[in-house]
Amino acid sequence: MSLDVDVGHRLGDFQLDARFTAPPGLTALFGRSGSGKSTLVNIVAGLIRPQRGRVAVDGQTLVDTDARTFVPAHRRRVGYVFQDGRLFPHFSVRQNLLYGRWFARGATGGASGDFAAVVELLGLAALLDRNPDSLSGGEKQRVAIGRALLARPRLVLMDEPLASLDEARRSEIMPYLERLRDRAGVPILYVSHSVSEVARLATTVVILGEGKVAAVGPVADILPLAEAGDGGSVLDAVVARHDEAFQLSVLTSAAGDLQVPRLAAAVGAPVRAYIRSRDVMLSLQPPQDISALNVLAGTVAAIASNGAQADVRLDCNGATLLARITSKSVDRLGLAPGKPVHAVVKSVSFERT
Amino acid sequence: MTEEEWTAVRLSLLVAVTATAASLPFGIAVAWLLARGRFWGKSLLDTFVHLPLIMPPVVTGYLLLILFGRRGPIGMVLDQAFGIVLSFRWTGAALACAVMGFPLMVRAIRLSIEAVDMKLESAAGTLGAAPLWVFATITLPLCVPGVIAGAILCFAKSMGEFGATITFVSNIPGETQTLPSAIYTLTQVPGGDPAALRLTLISIAISMAALLGSELLARRIGTRRVAT
Repeated sequence: MSLDVDVGHRLGDFQLDARFTAPPGLTALFGRSGSGKSTLVNIVAGLIRPQRGRVAVDGQTLVDTDARTFVPAHRRRVGYVFQDGRLFPHFSVRQNLLYGRWFARGATGGASGDFAAVVELLGLAALLDRNPDSLSGGEKQRVAIGRALLARPRLVLMDEPLASLDEARRSEIMPYLERLRDRAGVPILYVSHSVSEVARLATTVVILGEGKVAAVGPVADILPLAEAGDGGSVLDAVVARHDEAFQLSVLTSAAGDLQVPRLAAAVGAPVRAYIRSRDVMLSLQPPQDISALNVLAGTVAAIASNGAQADVRLDCNGATLLARITSKSVDRLGLAPGKPVHAVVKSVSFERT
Repeated sequence: MTEEEWTAVRLSLLVAVTATAASLPFGIAVAWLLARGRFWGKSLLDTFVHLPLIMPPVVTGYLLLILFGRRGPIGMVLDQAFGIVLSFRWTGAALACAVMGFPLMVRAIRLSIEAVDMKLESAAGTLGAAPLWVFATITLPLCVPGVIAGAILCFAKSMGEFGATITFVSNIPGETQTLPSAIYTLTQVPGGDPAALRLTLISIAISMAALLGSELLARRIGTRRVAT
């Protein structure tokens, strides 16, 4: 199950030229607004006909401008979860869910289309006889995801499905997306401009900038390269134990142990930690008598200087950590690739996986 | 009420219902073309559909007589190939009413189709629905209030149509004498006023009943949507 994209499309002054392959799992299409993410997704869905290029799912060509092939949207079996849900107002939740399944009868491959399983996966049992107008934003998106899945797609597109939700609704729906990624067996192309969403959900990241693919790869390698305002790095860790006296949890990662505010996760549960680069300080000596609990040892891998600021990429026992410090500090500490340093992590944001 | 007056009422209802029912599928198709279609000559089609609204009804009736009369180009084909004669028959009256009511019907339906969110239609497409299915399961159900409004407008126009009808199919009692023609005839004879007034009241009652009926129907569809 994979998606191959190589397309060019011009919209006014904007030129999209993107080429990437998405492996199984959840591929995040990451970039600022205006970077061409939605255009790209609409091309894959068949809602926009690209001026040049080729899109294929599982080796089956959906569009190929050279061969003059264009499979219309309704024959692509590409599910689409829109930012605004787009539930049919004249159908109940149940009818919305079953809409695509009727057209997919007799189809082979793709998502299973098992109604009971999808209802269970997304927690929709209590909503089935409701009217879409009476649902909350988060519930609407869950129904929209279920509706797309039940059409038995070979690929699911999600165009910022959480963008219209507030923080509480977002964290309510995240676990469903994780289960979907792990259990539905369908590749997902997920558009987002939120680092925390991508850090938590993505298997692979495609960074899009100015209509071009800037980088593609596993989330831990690629996310540090993102030019987001709050750049950061991702560490895969496991909950080692809880320190009930101080309400802390201890995590083990390749880079070393991390102590963080008590997590609601069980011991042994995998966790993904996202560390913003501006929350990391560097020290040449192991720091003593400081309030920060987390100090990770590593060596400088690369320094990208950008005027007064510099992004220092560290190699902490194979894991990548990013620190954003001033160029003056780089100079004062004599930082250079290969130099051993200690990273002081001021705070960690956590994303359960 | 005399037997002749009842005949006029029955005939008017028959003509109006036939005109509305027969033109509704065409009205929906043309409204969809005008609302969603992108083709050469769209504004031409738009103008053509609206012609009966802006032309004098007598002119429309006379054009129908030329085209659909027994020796007209279309009327001759219909007569010889299918044995259908429209001129001076109640079916001709229905045709005249349908033509006169068509622009009103198309306008109402077109506006309601344009009000349907095209994003819902493209969502249905990504779920596997071919364009015709999208229309049948999403667009049409969502614009039912507009379809009802269009049908009622066409029905009301048909109940009141006079100029085109009398020009095309004349004023034959029992065959083409609808309510307006009957009222007109009664006002032309001495002592016909009481009968004309009776028919006028009946005409008003039918129009109001049609309007009320459409309101109730629209409301019922609305509440069903909320209840599900």
